[in-house]
Amino acid sequence: MKNKLSLFAVPYVIWMALLVVAPIVMVVIYAFTTADGGFSLSNFARMGTYAVIFTRSFKLALIATAICLLVGYPVAYAMAKEGPGFQRIASVLIMLPMWVNFLLRTYAWMSILEKNGLLNQLFSAMGLFDLINSVFGTNIQYFKMIGTSGAVVLGMVYNYLPFMILPIYSVIIKLDNSLLEAARDLGANSAGVFRKVILPLSLPGVLSGITMVFVPSVSTFAISRLLGGGTQMMLGDLIEQQFLGGAYNPHLGSAIALVMMVIVVVCMWVMNHFGEGEEQAVML
Amino acid sequence: MKKIVALTLAMTLAAGLFLTGCAMDENSGNAGSAGGAQSNSSGGKKGDRVVNVCSWGEYIDTDLIDQFEEETGIKVNYQTAESNEALYSLLKNGGANYDVIVPSDYMISQLIEEDMLAELNYDNIPNFSLIDDRFKNLSYDPDNKYTVPYTWGTLGIIYNSTMVDEEITSWSAMFDEKYAGDVLLIGNSRDALAMGLYYLGYSVNTTDEKEIREAYQLIADAAAKGVYQGKVMDEIFQKMEGGNAAVSTYYAGDYLTMLENNEDLRYVVPEEGSNWFVDAMCVLKDAQNKEEAEEWINFITSTEASLANMDYIWYASPNKEALEQYPDYYKDTYGEELDQELYEIMAAPQEVLDRCEAYLVLPAETRTLYNDLWIQLGVG
Repeated sequence: MKNKLSLFAVPYVIWMALLVVAPIVMVVIYAFTTADGGFSLSNFARMGTYAVIFTRSFKLALIATAICLLVGYPVAYAMAKEGPGFQRIASVLIMLPMWVNFLLRTYAWMSILEKNGLLNQLFSAMGLFDLINSVFGTNIQYFKMIGTSGAVVLGMVYNYLPFMILPIYSVIIKLDNSLLEAARDLGANSAGVFRKVILPLSLPGVLSGITMVFVPSVSTFAISRLLGGGTQMMLGDLIEQQFLGGAYNPHLGSAIALVMMVIVVVCMWVMNHFGEGEEQAVML
Repeated sequence: MKKIVALTLAMTLAAGLFLTGCAMDENSGNAGSAGGAQSNSSGGKKGDRVVNVCSWGEYIDTDLIDQFEEETGIKVNYQTAESNEALYSLLKNGGANYDVIVPSDYMISQLIEEDMLAELNYDNIPNFSLIDDRFKNLSYDPDNKYTVPYTWGTLGIIYNSTMVDEEITSWSAMFDEKYAGDVLLIGNSRDALAMGLYYLGYSVNTTDEKEIREAYQLIADAAAKGVYQGKVMDEIFQKMEGGNAAVSTYYAGDYLTMLENNEDLRYVVPEEGSNWFVDAMCVLKDAQNKEEAEEWINFITSTEASLANMDYIWYASPNKEALEQYPDYYKDTYGEELDQELYEIMAAPQEVLDRCEAYLVLPAETRTLYNDLWIQLGVG
């Protein structure tokens, strides 16, 4: 039995080794070398220049993750409480946009948020700008939406929200109903049941949701370029520039990627540690 | 739980980080599979003659590929790269096996400098004689040993005449507070800094750090005043056509494409001068199908092919006959006269070219400076 299993795992192991482990090893090698092939730490010495981009990336990713959590948890919870028919339709609706390439969806957001975009046209047709101008004595013709950090966060939330909802939903749906009944029997009101039972037990889903939203948000590059108008440069853009931009420097690009990876892994490790503590506390 | 998180973490990280890497692999993968398909189908008579071409997107009349295959029996594997820089990194990574590439002037001189191009045998390319003398022996290839020009054009200002109440003639419009929030900065450092350098009267090929920084300062100040709506490349089509921005810098050929969707747009090569670029076909040093490559280059350079191509992509051909015949060709094809003004935007007359300057390759330290300045601008 054991043998059989490991045989089945062979394709997966090869896959991981080729497409995950080997590239990471290459990134590490590139990061510590220069174009002439010698070992060097000079790539990391330049990291300070990019501190602003690091901070911005992590800040925007954190905001996006927080919004995803605030929006996603209630949705997942409500979904899990409904009948099976509703759940099926809801999960299809949540996943449906993911069948369209995310780049196309982001392009669609561009035409919504543009200066002459759908939203601004709608506002102006509603007379919203006239109203604001007459009340505040301003002269607004449109809201500036595209090219702001808000637009980038919106793009990330829109694209990654399903990755928050689905793990939380799949954990809540599996909760043993008898636990909730027991809590009720022992005198907890609905708030108490949620706080003491449902929330702690759904924490694993929340944690993997956070991971699945935060990590791609930090490293995103197309969203920040299209919706941020290139003025909200993030880590993904910075790395992309080193590979496909004017100054071809895969070594620096790898170094930035490595630093980003290390920071992300540390963040996740700390969070999971904290999460595990919670879980054990609940168990006890 | 821990395992699931670790796994998703690893997967998403890998997916995010190696997206660019994947894109490259995909390209070379295509090359591989296309090559494989070719050797299967060619089990017959003609042997396996094949040529691997890498060009830009929407940059050829695809009927020409079929025509060439029919005439010569050579199979064309036609692929595209996103930009000169992307092409360069494909070549450097060694993942690509192209024979013919079509880089721009400054990239050609860099490739020549790094000894990556093969000298052409012009006996195999008789149509080279059709190329206008203006496009021979250019600064990127002074003895014309490596290249046959493919297209040429100018960089200029595109503006929306309904959103701007003057006729723009100077680069100053790109820094003008009057248009705050309505100006688009072109998304590559070379072209963006060129605006500043031209405006200040410096050469675009300067390596003087002071001059480059001065040009940068001009753009950075304008950015600080909120002049720029964003840095854009291909998004420019949607933004200019939809009236979402008033002023931008881009290439003449693409302006003509935008004009088809928004006739309020205007194009001008600023009075201070601008860049005129040539994209030329060259053969890589390690090309395996050099003969076929030269046959392809010869075919594309022919007057007929040049006319068809010009009509399709709106970039001017360097073929002298084709340039002269194009207005008639247009009339025959569409039954109406070609607007002389449009023709001159596509194929800029000599007096416009006289105030333009071609890009040369910059030394590595200047390229690094460009890149650093460019990223600072992103920090904004």
